[in-house]
Amino acid sequence: MSEAPKRQPYTAPAPVLGPGQTSYTSITEKISSIVLTPHTPWQWFAVVAVGLALMGMLQVAIVWLLYTGTGVWGLNVPVGWGFAIINFVWWIGIGHAGTLISAVLLLFRQKWRTSINRSAEGMTIFAVMCAGMFPILHTGRPWLAAYWLFPYPNSMGIWPQFRSPLIWDVFAVSTYLTVSLLFWLLGLVPDFATFRDRARNVVTQRIFGMLSMGWRGSAIHWERYEMASLMLAGLSTPLVLSVHSVVSFDFAVSIIPGWHTTIFPPYFVAGAIYAGFAMVLTLMIPLRGLYGLHDFITPRHLDNMGKVMLVAGLIVGYGYFMEQFIGWYSASVYENFMLQNRMFGPYGDSYWALLTCNIFVPQLLWFKRIRNNIYTLFGICMFINVGMWLERFIIVVGSLHRDYMPSSWDMYSGTMWDWMLYIGTIGLFLFLFFMFVRGWPLIAIHEIRTLLPVGNKKH
Amino acid sequence: MTDIVSTPQLSIDGAPDAGVGAADHAGFSRKRLDLPQLRKTLSGQSGQQYWRSLDELADSNEFRQLLEREFPENASEWNEGFDRRNFLKLMGASLAFGGLTGCTIQPEEKIVPWVRAPENVIPGRPVYYATAIAVDGAAVGLLAESHMGRPTKLDGNPQHPASLGASHPTVQAAILDLYDPDRSQTVKNAGRISTWGGFVNAMEPPLASVQAKKGAGLRILTGSVTSPTLGTQLEGILKSLPEARWHQYDPARGDGAELGAQQAFGESVHTYYDLSLADVVLSLDADLFLAGPAAMRYARDFMQRRTQSLHGATASIPNRLYVAETSPSSTGSIADHRLALDTGSIEALAAAIAARLGVAPRFTSGAPADWTGSAQWLDAVVDDLAAHRGASAVIVGAHQSASLHALAHAINETLGNVGRTVHHTAPVDVMPADHAASLRDLVLDMSAGQVDMLLILGSNPVYDAPAELNFAAAMNKVSFRVHLGSYEDETSQLCHWHVPQSHFLESWSDLRAHDGSVSVVQPLIQPLYPTRSVHEVVAVVAGASGKPVLDMVKERWAADPLFASDLAFETTWQKALHDGLIPGTALGDKPVQLRQLTVPVGFGQVLDPEEGLELCLRPDPFLGAGSVSNNGWLQETPRPVQKLTWDNAAIVSPATAERLGVSNEQIVTLNAAGGQVDAPIWIVPGQAEGVISTHLGYGRTHAGRVGNGVGFNAAVLRSASGDWSTTDVSVVKTFRQYKLACTQDHQSMEGRDLVRQGTIEHFQRAPHFVHEDFGHEFPAELTLYGQHDFSAPNQWGMAIDLSACMGCNACAVACQSENNIPVVGKEQVLNGREMAWIRIDRYFSDLDEPEILHQPIPCQQCENAPCELVCPVTATSHSEEGLNDMVYNRCVGTRYCSNNCPYKVRRFNFLQYVDRESETLKMGRNPDVTVRARGVMEKCTYCVQRINSARIDAKVANGEGRVAGDAVKTACQQACPTGAIVFGNLTDEQSQVTRLKKSPLNYGILTDLNTKPRTTYLARVKNPNPKIG
Repeated sequence: MSEAPKRQPYTAPAPVLGPGQTSYTSITEKISSIVLTPHTPWQWFAVVAVGLALMGMLQVAIVWLLYTGTGVWGLNVPVGWGFAIINFVWWIGIGHAGTLISAVLLLFRQKWRTSINRSAEGMTIFAVMCAGMFPILHTGRPWLAAYWLFPYPNSMGIWPQFRSPLIWDVFAVSTYLTVSLLFWLLGLVPDFATFRDRARNVVTQRIFGMLSMGWRGSAIHWERYEMASLMLAGLSTPLVLSVHSVVSFDFAVSIIPGWHTTIFPPYFVAGAIYAGFAMVLTLMIPLRGLYGLHDFITPRHLDNMGKVMLVAGLIVGYGYFMEQFIGWYSASVYENFMLQNRMFGPYGDSYWALLTCNIFVPQLLWFKRIRNNIYTLFGICMFINVGMWLERFIIVVGSLHRDYMPSSWDMYSGTMWDWMLYIGTIGLFLFLFFMFVRGWPLIAIHEIRTLLPVGNKKH
Repeated sequence: MTDIVSTPQLSIDGAPDAGVGAADHAGFSRKRLDLPQLRKTLSGQSGQQYWRSLDELADSNEFRQLLEREFPENASEWNEGFDRRNFLKLMGASLAFGGLTGCTIQPEEKIVPWVRAPENVIPGRPVYYATAIAVDGAAVGLLAESHMGRPTKLDGNPQHPASLGASHPTVQAAILDLYDPDRSQTVKNAGRISTWGGFVNAMEPPLASVQAKKGAGLRILTGSVTSPTLGTQLEGILKSLPEARWHQYDPARGDGAELGAQQAFGESVHTYYDLSLADVVLSLDADLFLAGPAAMRYARDFMQRRTQSLHGATASIPNRLYVAETSPSSTGSIADHRLALDTGSIEALAAAIAARLGVAPRFTSGAPADWTGSAQWLDAVVDDLAAHRGASAVIVGAHQSASLHALAHAINETLGNVGRTVHHTAPVDVMPADHAASLRDLVLDMSAGQVDMLLILGSNPVYDAPAELNFAAAMNKVSFRVHLGSYEDETSQLCHWHVPQSHFLESWSDLRAHDGSVSVVQPLIQPLYPTRSVHEVVAVVAGASGKPVLDMVKERWAADPLFASDLAFETTWQKALHDGLIPGTALGDKPVQLRQLTVPVGFGQVLDPEEGLELCLRPDPFLGAGSVSNNGWLQETPRPVQKLTWDNAAIVSPATAERLGVSNEQIVTLNAAGGQVDAPIWIVPGQAEGVISTHLGYGRTHAGRVGNGVGFNAAVLRSASGDWSTTDVSVVKTFRQYKLACTQDHQSMEGRDLVRQGTIEHFQRAPHFVHEDFGHEFPAELTLYGQHDFSAPNQWGMAIDLSACMGCNACAVACQSENNIPVVGKEQVLNGREMAWIRIDRYFSDLDEPEILHQPIPCQQCENAPCELVCPVTATSHSEEGLNDMVYNRCVGTRYCSNNCPYKVRRFNFLQYVDRESETLKMGRNPDVTVRARGVMEKCTYCVQRINSARIDAKVANGEGRVAGDAVKTACQQACPTGAIVFGNLTDEQSQVTRLKKSPLNYGILTDLNTKPRTTYLARVKNPNPKIG
């Protein structure tokens, strides 16, 4: 280090990467060392053990559910949807950040995204997998729902009801999962090739050899890769908007006060971005410490993500406000009541807790010091994770439990089996995500190389 | 209703091998049978012996073990709460056990083989037979629907005076008792399985000893008996054994009417009312339209008169109903004026009315307290009654004092109502009795050791006698105790012999109705188990055992002076079976002489409004005093006003709860009549101040798996005197809570125009007030998806007249019976998962002096149904006849339709609710309606099976399939005592429903959502007295 650089080649904006990463080799070295090593940190084992234990619980919850029926949950007649749908929307929302980061930010040429896009996409896929379980499991006869919801030609000439938002859901979610998965796997191919080349034992070589599908890094490969990325990004971008819009139609198309609202699609999308970024940070902050990724995920990333959350949170807040405003402005006795009931009804506590978690606490993100402190940032993310779950609880249960006929009003609470299924999917998610972290490149090596000054040339 | 056939001659298949299977299943290994030894045993026995299996015959130790192991143990497993899994498990086990007794040798003359199919039995087509059910001992005529020999549904017989085709929850639910797997299925001796022959043999020695004493020591205990045949039998015994005594104790019956008639007329007089002629009715704590055998008739008469004046062609003045009652009842809820009063105040009110009308009873200790309540009310009632002499009626509740009954007789006499709206006849009961006194005498004699032989026929006094009598201890002094009952209940546990009683659909009998008309109780099915009717047991005492019951009944009537010759009898008999009535048996008016009344001390003592407390005990509106506690339909039917299921409670008014410092569902300890019981508080607006009402019929320990441990036994608070209320009660608070399963948590309409109501005066002034004053109509035929094509010749619709609905729930139970709706149990009701396809919403207008509004809610069959377009698999879709169809086997159970239904009429099978194990229950289901599986949504179909059947008939008849306007009756409509529910074809201009829908009172609920419901409501119109502000 005797020779300090004599001059800066050009004045660039604050570097995305930390000062430790200066060459292609160091990046490749660092990222592949997480995977291509016999050494596994004990923390990894701890998390995977927890994940496995929760998955065991998930299994018990599912078997019991299938054996006994949805009656094991707390559902009843006014409240026909409960935890299952709340969790479905919650997971789908979390699953939004990945595509947004990889597709939308790609199109907007936000280079900083490369540090986090791979893991965010992984998170998306695992979250959508968790989400996808719920709509099937929540039906009374999942063995039939699993295929009757698809339009397949049959001798009875029976088709699904295309007017039902649940059918739209089937298409929206499955499309989203497919495109996200393709996008993710496509991006992984060059990195798999890197791993293949660096692997020191035959088994690893073979596995990554197969996964890299003959990638040799030729210019033609790169050209096609770039083109495919761009096309998938273009395909994914409307999906970011469409998936959660369609999910919101499940509610907005119905006639229940508190559901029947035109603001739902944008407000759900904003909520999804909000929840997704919060979850990305929830995962990345500890991972960064665990694997020493401070040079890749720098304060600038945290700062940027904090800002995105702040904006998304404000849109969500606007959604809450408009819901209340329209409830009042409609002068409908049902809407008016819904508004009252939301704030001061039996689930009023949850509503105020939701506002606290999603609106009041995140206002702290206005302060740079708080955005840049990983502890406060992590804390705020946890608030948002809880708040977004509460938001869906308020929408689903809070609207259903008191609708048009006062005689049918009732209360709802999740049973042990509801909670086991919910927490079980968190276990599944943790397990899948940490398996991914251990076995696949969790940062896009080839993309992050472009962030180096040496790679940062205009094409 | 055309296929009414006179005599059913049916047999059913037994399940002969089930017993063996059960034993194998229990892991029970058996010794090989020694057949030669068995033959030897058989030949050594004399007399008629039956056995169920060779094992029993061998009487091996293993078989005894099997008996001991299997039954008592399983029975004892049912100690704690209602648990679905155990329920199903035990149901299966008991069913298998039931099979053990399934193959019995039937009397020869009843077996009709199916070699040639009986006439009129067409597979797939039900046949209807006339029969009758006993309600509080008296007949309500029925038409029983039978599918291939299996009775599946009971409805009122339109020709019967007590029913006119209507029914009640208890009547509807009686079919379930027939198939109850918990029914007693075998004769038992000291807890061990025995035989009828064994019983008859065992009766001989004690019978011989009492015969030697001219019957001294022989006691027979029954409930109310109106059966002329049973009466003749019992009277025969009393004649030949003059020292024997017949006691009567019906735990649900108040003795006030009988004693009041004695006071007023000096003799036993039965009184019934003709409300079709009454303009003004004053009910003094009488649940006129729900309680008692004549309730259906009263409800129909009163409401027809009212609805005719509202919707009839010629306008007339509607009748008016005043009710003063202790606890809000069905009747009170449709009163034009209702007062919630304690018992003493009701008496004081009656005394004040009597005084004003010029009735002057002699008061033994000064006049009762002056009427301190609303003077306006009193004036109005008195003026109204006085203005309608001969067209009014003052009716006293069965559980009020004798003096009040006597006073009402005097008032009716003064008003000139007797012979017009009020009819006095000879007693309907064979032997009118003061039941409380009769039971007291029995207990005294038993305690004194004067009873050697006690036959308890169909009663359960160990459970339902007042606890202060300590019936069980007294009964244990009797050396030979026999119990005949449908269940092995509390009493049979303490009796030497238990004989299983036949259901009324399994055996012949006869019954008198409230007006004296006699119906033949005609069986529809061979006994499912080797059960016996009360006639057979009494015949054993009379030394005439073995005679077929049909012969007993026929002999009784052939000998009746009504019939001149045997030939006349035979033709009349056939017609009587067909019509359900023996002609000429109605009792004529009996001239009575009113005596000077003497009103005893304590009459009209008004409850201290600051501190006074009164305990009112009443039979449960559905369970009575507990004889049908094992009926799941009745347990789960919400009580008319309280909306409680699966429990009784200490019912108090909001103000009284405040005074006592108790909250809903808080447990209090009630002390009265030396008894003490823990009861949860249930606060009901409209309850009289200071009055704690609680219902009998709960807290059973040996009712069966459904009824055991449900609620608390209020009989321990009963007084041996026969009084139904007492001010000598104390309430001790505890800090425990008890969950009560109420089907409606929210009592207010929240400013929504669901139930619309006005007064007759308002209606006449502004006929369209329903539309002008409430809600707003949807302006245009707006829909995103286009209109359905409703050009089919049949378009179904329903109109429900809220003026006539009293919330009795007959419709709900009828629907349950017709549509195979499962019972879900208390835990599920608590969870909000009850399955009723039609529910009755009840709203209170106010906390302290509430108006009580009822609104039956079946599926509204919206033309723009919100449920249909959200179902992802098209499991619910619209029919061309305007029905919102539900395709069960397409349903995957997303519950989205239920969420999107603004009326919340859809019901989901969250668990496997239908019992698929119990064979007997399968027999009782309607074969025309799918039994729904777990995970499937269901809802009211407007009884689509009945529509389809009518359409098929119409297609055969006219090719087009056009059904006449009123040809189809839904189950709820058929059952409704007041005719509040009207269903029919809207394309028929002449149909009743079309005419009702044209009424200015017609409106739909939540129509601002553009649902265009086919079910609409006629606004409730009351006829208040303008003098009461």
